Amino acid sequence: MSKLLVTAVGPATSVQDGGRYGAQRYGLTPGGAMDRLALAVANCLVGNPLFAAVIEVGPLSAGFVAREGKVRVALSGAERHVEVAGHPLPFNQSCTLNDGDTLTLAAARGGTFSYLAIEGGVKGEPTFGSLAVNARAGLGSPFPRPLQVGDALDVDAAKPAAERRVQLPALSGDPIRVVMGPQDNEFGEAKGLFLESEWKVSATSDRMGYRLEGPAITHLHGYNIVSDGTVNGSIQVPGNGQPIVLMPDRGTSGGYPKIATVISADLGRLAQIPVGRGFRFRAVTVAEAQAEARAMAEFLRTLPDRVREVRDPDITDALQNANIAGSAVNALDSET
Amino acid sequence: MTAPLSPPRLLPSGDAAITVEFGRNIDDVANRRVLALDRALADAPIEGVTEAVPTYRSLLVHYDPVRIGFDELGERLTTLARLPVPPATGSRRWRIPVAYGGEHGIDLEDVARTLNTTPNDIVARHIAGDYRVAMIGFTPGFSYLSGLDDSLQMPRRQNPRLLTPAGSISIGGLQTGIQCLAGPSGWHLIGRTAVRTYQLHRDPVFLLEPGDAVTFYAIDGRQFVEQDRAAARGEFVAELVTP
Repeated sequence: MSKLLVTAVGPATSVQDGGRYGAQRYGLTPGGAMDRLALAVANCLVGNPLFAAVIEVGPLSAGFVAREGKVRVALSGAERHVEVAGHPLPFNQSCTLNDGDTLTLAAARGGTFSYLAIEGGVKGEPTFGSLAVNARAGLGSPFPRPLQVGDALDVDAAKPAAERRVQLPALSGDPIRVVMGPQDNEFGEAKGLFLESEWKVSATSDRMGYRLEGPAITHLHGYNIVSDGTVNGSIQVPGNGQPIVLMPDRGTSGGYPKIATVISADLGRLAQIPVGRGFRFRAVTVAEAQAEARAMAEFLRTLPDRVREVRDPDITDALQNANIAGSAVNALDSET
Repeated sequence: MTAPLSPPRLLPSGDAAITVEFGRNIDDVANRRVLALDRALADAPIEGVTEAVPTYRSLLVHYDPVRIGFDELGERLTTLARLPVPPATGSRRWRIPVAYGGEHGIDLEDVARTLNTTPNDIVARHIAGDYRVAMIGFTPGFSYLSGLDDSLQMPRRQNPRLLTPAGSISIGGLQTGIQCLAGPSGWHLIGRTAVRTYQLHRDPVFLLEPGDAVTFYAIDGRQFVEQDRAAARGEFVAELVTP
């Protein structure tokens, strides 16, 4: 058994996994990773089940140190500068920390959440089948709250094996796709305004919801409906006309009309849009959205086949990967 | 009376959930049909359905679009919704203590002013109500009750509060509710209860079920403190009156 010690951490960094399903009927929100694709990639690189528990690192910097043995880790999601014992570590590639090695993560560039997977996963006691932190409900293990400096996570000692990496397609900067409804009939011309306008993620956003800033979306019959169920990606419009996209820590029901729903294949991409960056929505049919969901499931199914061993993990290789990542982020930045 | 049941509306909630809507208002008939479809689905599970969430007027059915598509699931749910609704059975009844007004219900005076009456009158009308748990949602254990006196209806706040206390008893639209955990809310806070409708290391974790009957009675601030200690030890505090 090794340990991973938290030496520096900002807010919004917590243990997350695939989520906690089955008790939404009692108001228990699923929680889980904001970007499920990045969660799966990080886990895949260290040989874990794709939706095992990892550390979801918020947009600010963070630091860790390995104790009492070796620890294998991998990072995916929002790119940022990462060093292991002073050497740069590329994203989407595993790495083994020796006892005492530091792992430092700078603030995220062009994204929000990075996923730090640990070989063997995070050790804890699941509630409703999940270790995911839901601070409001007092759930999550080993700590039912975001991580703090001084927290020590019990982890497996790294097994002797080659490091692994995966090449991912560059993140698309295309509009975020939505299926209109379930209450789009509560809106008239405002539906057009919603689809034509540029939106920005507000700084008051969190794991419950992304509050959007843009033109006011007005209701036809007022903003009170009888509360009904919500899903990850529900876009509700409260009285002030500024939409809120409900994220994994959402309430399981809500009483504001929901103009549209972000498709499941694009929800992680939305979660990664940084505060203040402009983006747009585009409407698709349920059939198109389900085709995308099936394509995403197929991508995840074949993910292990895309992983390659790193035969010669020298510094040139690492730098080259870091540059590829950097240009993908630059390409995204240039579109805004 | 055997009027044919109108088919529910099937509304997509994205690509992985269907809202099966039986009505648009708070309506006991619609809520009974929701709970009946929920039971029918539990008794005869459909491959690909992952969970169902009953609400006042609709059943939200989560599903895996890799295993079943919108059209097929919609047809099967419509068929299940045609089954006769079983008669309401003798439900459990809970008596729930509430400390109204003051620090426990910071909006009581505003509500009274808006409705042109006194805080005591609001409390009297709230206690007189015979409520039923129509749904549980939003946050763990938040119990939405039907049966609010029409005269107590209040539109939700235009700007929801980001943090409201655990145990809040509140009014939003034609709904009244028992909030278990501290959290955001756009409803008007009229009182507080020490009853935990959700408590992790207690059996049961969730105290109330959809369909349970509820009445409220008033307590003072000192009783609230005593009950809050008892509830923290795992006591229900709410009284269960068996039918």
